[in-house]
Amino acid sequence: MPTATTTSTAATRATANTDTAHDAGTKSAERGHATLLGAWRARGNADLATHLAHHGPPPLPRRGDVTWPERFAATIEASGLTGRGGASFPSATKLKLVRSARGHATLVVNAMEGEPASAKDKVLLSVAPHLVLDGAELAASALGAIRVVVCIADDAHETAAAVGRAVAERAGTDLAPVPIEIARPPGRYVAGEESALVSWLNGGPGAPGWRPDKTKPLTIGRRGPVLVHNAETLAHAALVATYGAESFWAAGVVDAPGTSLVTVSGGVERGGVYEIPMGTTLRDIVGFARPTGEVAAVLTGGFGGSWLPAGALDTPYAPRAMAVVGGVTGAGVLVVLPRQACGIAETARVARYMAGESAGQCGPCVFGLPALAADVEALAAGKLDPGARARLESRIAAVEGRGACRHPDGVTRMVRSALSVFAADAAAHAAGHPCAFALEPSVLATGTNRS
Amino acid sequence: MTPQRVHTVIKVNPISCEAYGYCAELLPELVSLDEWGYPVVDGTPVPPRLLELARRAAKECPRRAFLLEHAAER
Amino acid sequence: MSSPVLWYATRATGLVSLVLLTATTVLGILTANRASSSRWPGFALQDLHRRVSVITMGFLACHILTSVVDTYVHIGWTSIVVPFASSYKRLWVALGSVGVDLLLAVAVTSFLRNRIRARTWRAVHWLAYLSWPVALSHSFGMGTDMRERWVIGLVVACIAAVLGAGLWRITLAATRRQRALALISVGHRPEGVAVKHISA
Repeated sequence: MPTATTTSTAATRATANTDTAHDAGTKSAERGHATLLGAWRARGNADLATHLAHHGPPPLPRRGDVTWPERFAATIEASGLTGRGGASFPSATKLKLVRSARGHATLVVNAMEGEPASAKDKVLLSVAPHLVLDGAELAASALGAIRVVVCIADDAHETAAAVGRAVAERAGTDLAPVPIEIARPPGRYVAGEESALVSWLNGGPGAPGWRPDKTKPLTIGRRGPVLVHNAETLAHAALVATYGAESFWAAGVVDAPGTSLVTVSGGVERGGVYEIPMGTTLRDIVGFARPTGEVAAVLTGGFGGSWLPAGALDTPYAPRAMAVVGGVTGAGVLVVLPRQACGIAETARVARYMAGESAGQCGPCVFGLPALAADVEALAAGKLDPGARARLESRIAAVEGRGACRHPDGVTRMVRSALSVFAADAAAHAAGHPCAFALEPSVLATGTNRS
Repeated sequence: MTPQRVHTVIKVNPISCEAYGYCAELLPELVSLDEWGYPVVDGTPVPPRLLELARRAAKECPRRAFLLEHAAER
Repeated sequence: MSSPVLWYATRATGLVSLVLLTATTVLGILTANRASSSRWPGFALQDLHRRVSVITMGFLACHILTSVVDTYVHIGWTSIVVPFASSYKRLWVALGSVGVDLLLAVAVTSFLRNRIRARTWRAVHWLAYLSWPVALSHSFGMGTDMRERWVIGLVVACIAAVLGAGLWRITLAATRRQRALALISVGHRPEGVAVKHISA
């Protein structure tokens, strides 16, 4: 049981250009040591020598140590580590499930980061690739896996180069007992979904599969079970194994221990990736990124997440606390909507983008998402007729839960939250009075700046 | 030994489904079609009197997307 | 054994088989095109297609039997499934054999539909399209009744039915695919968030 319950609100920042360095509060070297970005912040280097000087070698098992996998699994369970890829699923449970399956296992490092508003995995792999690889080797050893596959989107060249360098540095040392490969699936939004990733590794189209029974592990070929973990999750696992489960509880809150990487973007001056202790309030996190003006709302979790109003900014950033107010931690994304922007218009842009990212396999998604997007676009333009609001609501209900994967569910959640958070705006738009801000350039990174 | 009751639930594989609509034709009591022709099912157990029709719907689906799942009631 | 009865039976069952095969094909196309009405819902048309195909096989079997059993011309048992095994009207009987092979494959895979992969069933069923022109050319080649006005009329009707349904199939399939593909973007990747600051 974790004993530390204080939330740390002061996260120190290091800027890439040192002349404007601010420290919001000095952390003890010990405190900032066992963090994801601490080594890079302290030493400014991502190579193997720096990594070893800062963290030491990962506690990989000695040959023939048969009790090690069980002990590693127990340590992960004691830490309370949950996935940082979006679902917040307990990592120890996932490990147990795949360990109990027969066959030669594969460990997949999911660094696809299909979420446009997220840059955390890209940053993590650029400044601390060895932490991720440590975690991958540890998890692979616990599984008895025969290989590690790092999946990076085919258009993420910098990330792939950084990981390639790190893998090359480990070659010939005893830090890579399980061989590491790099795979480059196409960088579509749903390609990072677990079953889509495994489908691509199996030579298939890289589209999500239908999994009515999620307790059966995914396999490569007919018999090799696969454990897929987000890159950040594995980095945390490496820290837990190196410093102990208690170190993980040193930050965060009772039901959400540890730190987490959050990408803050939108109406802020200092957008970027921040490592924050779980439980930090949204207000503080957004504060670090210096909003350009008054914050109207925040899109939490990602494009398939949910909007939160300014009134919810004092919510602690943690899966359960966020869920209570209708937010979601998701892929560690916070997009700040300033007052001079139109929430409905931004929602329309996101919905249109997500519609285009459908894998195209399930009718309700292929046809429903564009229909939803068109409805929200009409609302943004102030063109909705009286029956349309009801039609929009029924369409949301018709699309929800009827795809093979959770992609359409993310969109419905996001649109629903928008209709609730921007209710006043929606009413004005529907009455034929769209706000002027709808024509402003987007604060989101959808690549589409038309209104 | 207490007799175990099995209840049957309809599951649609959304990837295989191509909106032929035979399931809704055969079983309108349990299956309706959305505005794009795809089946909407609610996941409640199939009443015994409709089991035969449900089996027929599963057999007739051209893409084998309409599936019946049997679970023992506790 | 040789008898004019056998010969008439062969010709009659052959013609009926051709008409039934035409009906089977047209019904199959209607099913693929999702045609339905209030009196003929989709599942009923699919069911009808299946039943008519079985009746077709029945008449085809009679046609084959009577032609082989009739010793007036020599068509051996092997030439039922082996093309070019008959000396009588070699090419045209061969076409008949090819037709039988195709339809046998379709029948067997349909019977075992639950046990084979969906892709296999589909691929073989596509071959069924081929069986119709094969049967038609076999009928023309064998030629016995092709000089009769009413037979010509019947055959022309069959051709019109299949061509019409086929055309409808091609145009409908194209529009459906186009519509679905148009909804999915080609996949531009947005430039993502500008990372200006990294913090621990």
